[in-house]
Amino acid sequence: MRSLNPRVVVILAALLLLALVPPVMGALNQPFYLELFARVMVFAIAALSLDLILGYGGMVSFGHAAYLGIGGYAVAILSHYDIGNGFLHFGVAIVASAAVAFVIGAISLRTSGVYFIMITLAFCQMLYFLGISIEEFGGDDGINTSRSDFGSLLDLGDATTLYYFIFAFLAGFLYFLHRLVNSRFGMVIRGINSNERRMKALGFATFRYKLLAFVIAGVLCGVAGALLANLTQFVTPTIMRWERSGEILVMVLMGGMGSLFGPVLGAAVFLLLEEYLAALTEHWMVIFGPFLVILVLFARRGIYGLIPERSGRNG
Amino acid sequence: MKYGFAATALAVAIAAAPASAADSVKIGFINTFSGPQAIIGKHQRDGYDLAMETLGGKIGGLPATTVYGDDQVKPDVGRQVVDAMIKRDRVDFVVGEIWSNVLMAIRQPIVDSKTIMVITNAGASPIAGKACSPYIFSTSWNNDQNAEATGKLMGEDKVDDVFLMAPNYQAGKDNIAGFKRNYKGKVKGEILFPINASDYQAELSQLRAAKPKALFIFAPGSMGIAFLKQWQASGLGSTVKLYTVFTVDYLTLPVVGDAALGSIHTNYWDPEGKFPANVKFVADFKKKFGYMPSHFAAQAYDAPFLLDSAVKAVKGDLTNKTGMIKAMEKADFPSVRGPFAYNVNHIPIQNFYKREVVRGDGGKPIIRATGIVFADYKDSYYKDCKMKY
Amino acid sequence: MDSLLLLEQTLNGLQFGVFLFLISAGLTLVFGIMNMVNLAHGSLYMIGAYFAAAISQWTGSFILAILLTIPASMLVGVVLEIVALRTLYDRDHLAQVLATFGLILFFNEVVRMIWGPGGQFLSPPDYLAGHVEIIPGAPYPAFRLAIIAAGLIVAILLYVLITRTRIGMLIRAGASNRPMAGALGVNIKLLYTLVFGLGSVLAGFAGLMAGPVLSVEPGMGEPMLILAFVVIVIGGIGSVRGAFVASIMVGIVNTLGRTMIPYLLGSIISTEAAQTAGPAIASMLIYVLMAAVLFFRPQGLFPARTG
Repeated sequence: MRSLNPRVVVILAALLLLALVPPVMGALNQPFYLELFARVMVFAIAALSLDLILGYGGMVSFGHAAYLGIGGYAVAILSHYDIGNGFLHFGVAIVASAAVAFVIGAISLRTSGVYFIMITLAFCQMLYFLGISIEEFGGDDGINTSRSDFGSLLDLGDATTLYYFIFAFLAGFLYFLHRLVNSRFGMVIRGINSNERRMKALGFATFRYKLLAFVIAGVLCGVAGALLANLTQFVTPTIMRWERSGEILVMVLMGGMGSLFGPVLGAAVFLLLEEYLAALTEHWMVIFGPFLVILVLFARRGIYGLIPERSGRNG
Repeated sequence: MKYGFAATALAVAIAAAPASAADSVKIGFINTFSGPQAIIGKHQRDGYDLAMETLGGKIGGLPATTVYGDDQVKPDVGRQVVDAMIKRDRVDFVVGEIWSNVLMAIRQPIVDSKTIMVITNAGASPIAGKACSPYIFSTSWNNDQNAEATGKLMGEDKVDDVFLMAPNYQAGKDNIAGFKRNYKGKVKGEILFPINASDYQAELSQLRAAKPKALFIFAPGSMGIAFLKQWQASGLGSTVKLYTVFTVDYLTLPVVGDAALGSIHTNYWDPEGKFPANVKFVADFKKKFGYMPSHFAAQAYDAPFLLDSAVKAVKGDLTNKTGMIKAMEKADFPSVRGPFAYNVNHIPIQNFYKREVVRGDGGKPIIRATGIVFADYKDSYYKDCKMKY
Repeated sequence: MDSLLLLEQTLNGLQFGVFLFLISAGLTLVFGIMNMVNLAHGSLYMIGAYFAAAISQWTGSFILAILLTIPASMLVGVVLEIVALRTLYDRDHLAQVLATFGLILFFNEVVRMIWGPGGQFLSPPDYLAGHVEIIPGAPYPAFRLAIIAAGLIVAILLYVLITRTRIGMLIRAGASNRPMAGALGVNIKLLYTLVFGLGSVLAGFAGLMAGPVLSVEPGMGEPMLILAFVVIVIGGIGSVRGAFVASIMVGIVNTLGRTMIPYLLGSIISTEAAQTAGPAIASMLIYVLMAAVLFFRPQGLFPARTG
C-alpha cells in the first residue's frame, strides 16, 4: 500500500467529502445541492467510462453520450409501458448499451484517427435523430419517467437513498476500472494504445480487445444514463447530441485522461464551475471558454496531472 | 440565465438561514431570453415588469422580488431552471412560459412542489384536460381556441379548401387539430415543419404545387417573421388567402410591415378595447417602452394582478394555498381583456375576435378587430379535467 | 409530388449545398494543410453573419456589407490564428478539439454580449428581394439564386487559385506532403496564416449569404459545423474539389430527403408520425451516406494526401 501518495490522499478525501454531502446538505436544508452533487456523480461515471477507452485505449470517441441516452430511455420506455421494476430497468439498460456498443464498435473500430472520431459522432447523431423521430416516446419534447422500483430493498424516491445509490456505483466502478486497467486485459489495451502493430505481431487479436473495452465503456455509461433518468425523472433526446459527447470529452481532458480519477475531478469541476459562474454573471461562458483553452495550453495532463505524485506510475 | 439574486441566495444558504415565510413574495419568471425567440420573452417580460411597477413592486401588499430564468426553448433546460427556482431560490410563485412543450416538462416539478403557477402563454391541451392541476392557472388560452375560431371563420368567409402549416410540436399539432374540428371544407395538404425553422422554401414549394384557396399557418415569434418575409418574396399572396394564428401580431407586425397586409386571424385580445385596464395598459406600455404591446405583453401584464388578488385574499399568508387558489378562481382583478370568468380547468372563458391587418391612420399597418367569432368561448378539454386538491 | 416540385427542391438542395461548400472549403484546407481540427470554424461563419447584419443595419447597403465583411472576417481569422491557434499545431487532435471547443463557447458569449441574445435581422437588398421564374410556373426567390451563383463563382475562383497560381501550388504541396514542402524551403508559417485567412473569408462570406435566409443568432455556427465535417470526410480531407462534390451531394440528399421521405412514409404510417419521423430519417441519411463512403473509400472520395 503506497502511503501518503498525494494522489491517493486526494482520491480518498474526495470520496469522503462526497459521502458526507447528504448529512451536510440536510443540516443546511439545501436539497438543491444534494441533487447537484448527485448529478456530478452521474457525469463522473460517464466520464470515467470514457476514460477507459480514451485515456487507456487511445480511442477518441465523440459519441459517448449516446449511451447516456440508451440507459435513460431504457428506464423511460419501460416506465411508459408501466414496467417499473428496477432490476428490469437496469438490466435492460445494460443489455441495450452492450448491444449498441457492440454494433457501433464493430463498425467504427475498423477505422482510425479522425475517421474514427467522425464515425462515432455520426452514430451518436443517428441515435439522437432516432430519438426525436419517435413520437410515442415524446420525440424532441422528452418524456417524463418514474423512478426505478426496487420494492422493499430501496426507495429511490428518497433523495438521500438515491444519492448513496449513485455513490455506490461511482465507488464500485472506480474500483472495478482500477483493477481492470492493471489486469492483463488492461495491459493489452494500453499496449495497443502505445503500439498496435507490435501487439498484433505479438499475437494479440487487437480488434477483439478494443471492441471489448468499447463495450465495457458503453455499458458503464448506460448505467450512468439509467441513474440520470432516476435523478431527473425526465429524459430527452438532447442528452444524445454530439455537443453532450463533447462535454463529456472535455470533462475527461480537463480532469486528466488516463488516470481514472481525473475524469471524476473533471466532471466535478465542469459542473460546479458552471453552476457557480452562472450565479455570478449571465456571461459566464466568456470566462469558461478561455479557461478551457488555457487549461489545454498549460496543463497538459489536466487538473489531476497538477497534483504531485510520489511514485512514477499513474493510476 | 439571469441569476442576479442567486448570489445573495447562496450566501444566505451558507449562513444556514431557512427561507422566511410571509414578509415578502418571491416570484420565478420563466421565459425565453436567448435565440431568435427572445423577442417574445422581451414582450412578456416588459408586460410583467410594467404590471409589477404599476402595483408598486408589491403583491398583495407584500414587497415582491423576481428571479428570471431562461428556458432557451428547450424542455430539459426549462425543467432544470424551474427546479432551481423552486428548490434553490425557493420561489412562492412561478409565472411565465411561452412554449407548450417546455410547459409539459416543467409541470411535474411545479405540481410535485405544490407551487402555484400562472401561465402567461403556453396552452398545452393536456393542461386544460386530463393533466389539469389546481396549482396551475392561465392568463392566456388553450392552444387550439384560436384555431377553432379560425376554422369557423373560414367557413363563414366561404373558403372551401385550405393548406395547413404548423411547427412540429404540441402546440402546432393542437392548432391543426383545433382548426379541423370546426372547419368543414377540404384540406389540400398539411405540413409540420421543424420548430424554429427559419427556411420555408421547401414548404412554400409544396404549397404552390397544391394550389389551395387559402393557407392557414401557425408560426409564432421569429418563425412568423421569417415566414412572412419569405411569403412576400414568393408572391403567393396574389393567389392564396392568408389566415394565420399567432403569426401576425404586434410582435411580428413592426418587423414585417406590409407583408402582413390583408391577412386575417383571431385573438382574444382587442388592442383597441375600451376597458379601463386595457386603456391604461396600452398607454403606459407605449410610454415606457416605446412600442405597441402585443397580446404576449398583455397576458404577462395580467399575471401579477391575478397573484395580487390571491395574496390579498389570504392577507399575506402564503402557506394558505387553498385560499389563494379559491381567490384566483374568481378572476377578481382588472384584466386587459375585460371581465372574464375561469373555467373549471383554470383556463379563461373569453371572447375571440376576428382581426385583420389594415392600413391605419398614419399609413402603417395596424391590427383591427372587425367582429366577434365566439363570445364567452370555452376550450374543448375542460370536461376531461378532474381536479384533485 | 410533381416534377415541378422535384425540380424546385433540387434547386433548394443545390443552394444548401453551396452554403456547405463555402463553409467546408476553408475547413478542409485548414485540416488538410495544418492538420488541425478547428471547431471554431463555425464561429467564423457566425461572426461573418453578425458583421454583415451590423454593417447592413448601419449603412442600409448590402453591397457595403459584403465589401466590409470580407476583410473583417479575414482580420478576425488571422488574429485568431496568431494569438490562439498557432500553439495548437504541434498538439494532438484531442487538445485541438478541447481548445477550439472553448473558443466556440467564448465566441458565442461575446456575440451575445455585444448584440444581445435575440436574433439579428439581415435583409437581402431590395433588388434581390423578389422572385424569378427560372422554372416556368414556379417563381424562385431571387436571393437564393444569387446564393447559388455566388457559390459557383467562388468555386471557380478557388479552382483557378489552387490549380493555376503559385500560391495554389504551394497549398497543394502543403496538403499533400507537409514535411516535404517545408523541407523544400516554403515559408510554412506564412502559408498557414494565409490558408487560415482564406478559410475565414470563405466562412464569413457564407455567414453573410446565410443571414438573410436563416437566422443570425448565437450558436448558429454549430449545426453547420457538424455538417461541414461530414462533408469534408466524405470529400476527402484537404481536397477542395472533394468538398465541392460532397457539399452538393449532402445538400441535395438532405433537402430532397426532408421533403420526399415524409411523403413516402405518409403512405405507410399516419401523416403526423411521418412528419415527425421524416425529417429525422432524412438527417440520419447524411450520416449513413458518410458511413457508406468511408466503408468503400476510407480516405474519402478525393483524398489529397499522398505523403
